[in-house]
Amino acid sequence: MIGFVSYLVFFLILALTFGIAVLGLNLQWGYTGLFNAGVAGFIAVGGYVMAILTGPSRPEVLGGFELPFVIGLAGAMLAAGLAAWIIGLMTLRLRHEYLAVATFGIAVTIHLVCLNWESVTGGTLGLIGIPNPARGLSESVLMQNVFYLLIVAVAALVAFVALERIVQSPWGRMLKAIREDEEAAASLGKNPARVRLESFVLGCMLMGLCGALYVGFIGYVSPSDFLPIVTFQIWTMLIVGGSANNRGALVGAVLVWGVWVGSGFLVSRVVPPEIQAQGGALQAILIGLILVLTLLFRPKGLIGEEVHVSRHAQL
Amino acid sequence: MSRQTQKPVLSASGIVAGYRPDLPILHGVEVAVKAGEVATIIGPNGAGKSTLIKAVAGLVAISAGTVLLDDREITGQPAHQLARLGAGFVPQTGNVFASLTIQENLVLGGIGLNRAEALARIKEIYQRYPMLGEKRHDKAATLSGGQRQILAVARVLIMRPRLILLDEPTAGLSPMAAAELFQLVRALAADGAAILMVEQNARAALKISDTGFVLAEGQNRLSGPAADLLADAKVGQIFLGQRTKAKKAAKKAGQKPVKKAAKKAARKTSKKGAKG
Amino acid sequence: MFMQHLADGILSGAIVALGAIGLSFTMKILRFANFSHSELLTWGGYLALIFLAFAGSFADLSASNIGPFSFGWPMLFAMLGSALATSLLAVLLHYLVFRRLARTAGHMTLVFASFGIALLLRHLVLLFWGHDPIYYSNELQFAILIPGGARVMPDQVFLLGLTILVVVFLHLFLTRSRTGIAMRGVAENPELARITGVNVDWIIIWVWVIGASGAAISGVLYGLTVQLRPELGFSLILPLFAAAILGGAGSLYGAVLGGLIVGLSENLSVMVIPSTFKPAVPFLLILVILYFRPDGMFGERK
Repeated sequence: MIGFVSYLVFFLILALTFGIAVLGLNLQWGYTGLFNAGVAGFIAVGGYVMAILTGPSRPEVLGGFELPFVIGLAGAMLAAGLAAWIIGLMTLRLRHEYLAVATFGIAVTIHLVCLNWESVTGGTLGLIGIPNPARGLSESVLMQNVFYLLIVAVAALVAFVALERIVQSPWGRMLKAIREDEEAAASLGKNPARVRLESFVLGCMLMGLCGALYVGFIGYVSPSDFLPIVTFQIWTMLIVGGSANNRGALVGAVLVWGVWVGSGFLVSRVVPPEIQAQGGALQAILIGLILVLTLLFRPKGLIGEEVHVSRHAQL
Repeated sequence: MSRQTQKPVLSASGIVAGYRPDLPILHGVEVAVKAGEVATIIGPNGAGKSTLIKAVAGLVAISAGTVLLDDREITGQPAHQLARLGAGFVPQTGNVFASLTIQENLVLGGIGLNRAEALARIKEIYQRYPMLGEKRHDKAATLSGGQRQILAVARVLIMRPRLILLDEPTAGLSPMAAAELFQLVRALAADGAAILMVEQNARAALKISDTGFVLAEGQNRLSGPAADLLADAKVGQIFLGQRTKAKKAAKKAGQKPVKKAAKKAARKTSKKGAKG
Repeated sequence: MFMQHLADGILSGAIVALGAIGLSFTMKILRFANFSHSELLTWGGYLALIFLAFAGSFADLSASNIGPFSFGWPMLFAMLGSALATSLLAVLLHYLVFRRLARTAGHMTLVFASFGIALLLRHLVLLFWGHDPIYYSNELQFAILIPGGARVMPDQVFLLGLTILVVVFLHLFLTRSRTGIAMRGVAENPELARITGVNVDWIIIWVWVIGASGAAISGVLYGLTVQLRPELGFSLILPLFAAAILGGAGSLYGAVLGGLIVGLSENLSVMVIPSTFKPAVPFLLILVILYFRPDGMFGERK
């Protein structure tokens, strides 16, 4: 029983952490219509900055600040936001497909930097020894995890409430106006470019927060934590949960993470050990299949686009 | 056989069509053209003229009604089949491939034929329109507006269609080029094709036509010999959307009895005020 | 060193060019950025293994190499077989996924679906063939010295020659055959093509076949001159997009030129920046082009 609860806590920590990133992506795609194919990159920025700010001093690698947990989180969010701001200035006027290619390229480049800028990121080995604030609070690992789960849950709740508020606010209504008809919004004196940039930055800050929380829990970070499959997982969570819907974002996170973990579990039980590595491919295949099938048989595709079409239809 | 008793090449009736199934633009329209006849569809903006011709051409979905080509039903046939069935369509814009040469444009016109036959017919086109022959290796983008229209029509002629559909063929042309094009249209009719045109340039088009159909708000308003329509004051009023003088019963032979509909429309339009 | 980088750039550019042709055409005609196109290169390379094995059951593979190359006639057979099989794969994906989605959903759904398919294809390769790199043959080749001090392998010369052949063939196809002309017509104006009597659905199938064949040949050539590995396609996504965007979607010559530019800039850049950052160069190219031309090289993305 304890084992099950313990596993559930572990599961929920990760699911909710990813959920925060999904909320960020929802703001970008669901509300603003920005196709960000580089989610993993922004999560990585958050994770690495957290590791650098809160971690111990390391030989030949930037570090040793040992700043408190919360400062680390804030720093991570700021760093991700800054990166988003710079990148957004360069790319946000691109239309959908090209924005997808550009953001994908950014994630690849960030990954490359993480792999090679050894003096800052530790290269392929990454950074270890990141402190988890829950560790000191209890002898029992389970209680530590429960505490961390509380931290993550609070963060997710705050993010959720904040986003819901923002979306109802005048700024949020402007977002909708821009997404529906940019020219009309511009003619009313709104500045679509700036609003889109703000949305992009805010969304990426949430992704940075996700990275920071993830790294704070696991205790170490390496480039292999932020492969493109992470981008794909976050997008799947958004689609399954229904975009332009913050509640759906969190539900989708839990669901998809559940499928991922469940299929991994199945694979490890069913697949003989010699081909475990190849069995791991089965997980990705399963998720990929589910996703493509969902897209195919859900007649309206990505919900965000459906709203777009049907608004125009009500003449 | 006199023109009157000939069966029409194109016969469309009860056409309900629109770009979206729940928003029809045409509400039960009919139109008919005989071999060797030039018929023009005219009407105010938004009347559905282009929609009608596109519906016949298979580019706009028809939700009700039938289109017959020489007694064969072609309602809802995919657009790419129509060329092979004997109906050629010249759209208003984008009616030539600008990045392809004249020769290549014509080759595509003959895509429904076997290669040898297509090349033979292209030769005929060059004989008939020497200008195209001279410029055959030039890209269509280098042609003037009038020359492009000729190419567009020539492309359709390769399939030797029984029915030729033209959507505003003189749009954007200088008066001289427009006159040339109308001459071309008359020549095609003289060769035996049935021609259905949509035209904004109502008077000029009616002058070279045999029959006219006046459309407004997606319905037939007046139809009949072009000469009669030219002389009929009601036509101008439909365009301007004013109340018609009710009993100008200009019911000449062949004119369709649409007085009631015209009266209804007059009441409607007078309520809405003059429309642009 | 410069000549060596130049030579490597041209060779790498050829591989990118062959792959980019298909991407460029599908971007123009199907109007979506297909992130799974690069996986057709991977599959092309790996499928050739199957055909090679098949041919090997009839003849001793190592016995009869053609000239100085590391392969014999079975490899050419395998290339052809792979092109056909990869085309089949692409058409299958088109029917099962892309065509359906194009009718019911927006462009970005197609892009996202292509992400999913890319993931599927890549992991299927992992599943069937495993992580480790595979080589078509274990033959050692002797490098040829060319003027300027560069060394090239005979197989690489074959790569260049074959690429040129393919491009010439495609040029003739697009300008002399009616199907090729129809394809160019569809690329410019699909509705007019339909009106003219072109069966656009058929042309789209042809586009997939040509694109997939180019990708397959490119993948085999990559496997021949470098190695086969599951990340083959993924590592080429950005170079392929860079080439297609540079050259302008829908242009054969643009894709070829774009490929060359990408290959050259990648390889020449190592003279200025650390080689570990080489993969970022195509991406930087993309950023630069799109910065000056946000609608694509020739404004096609309106």
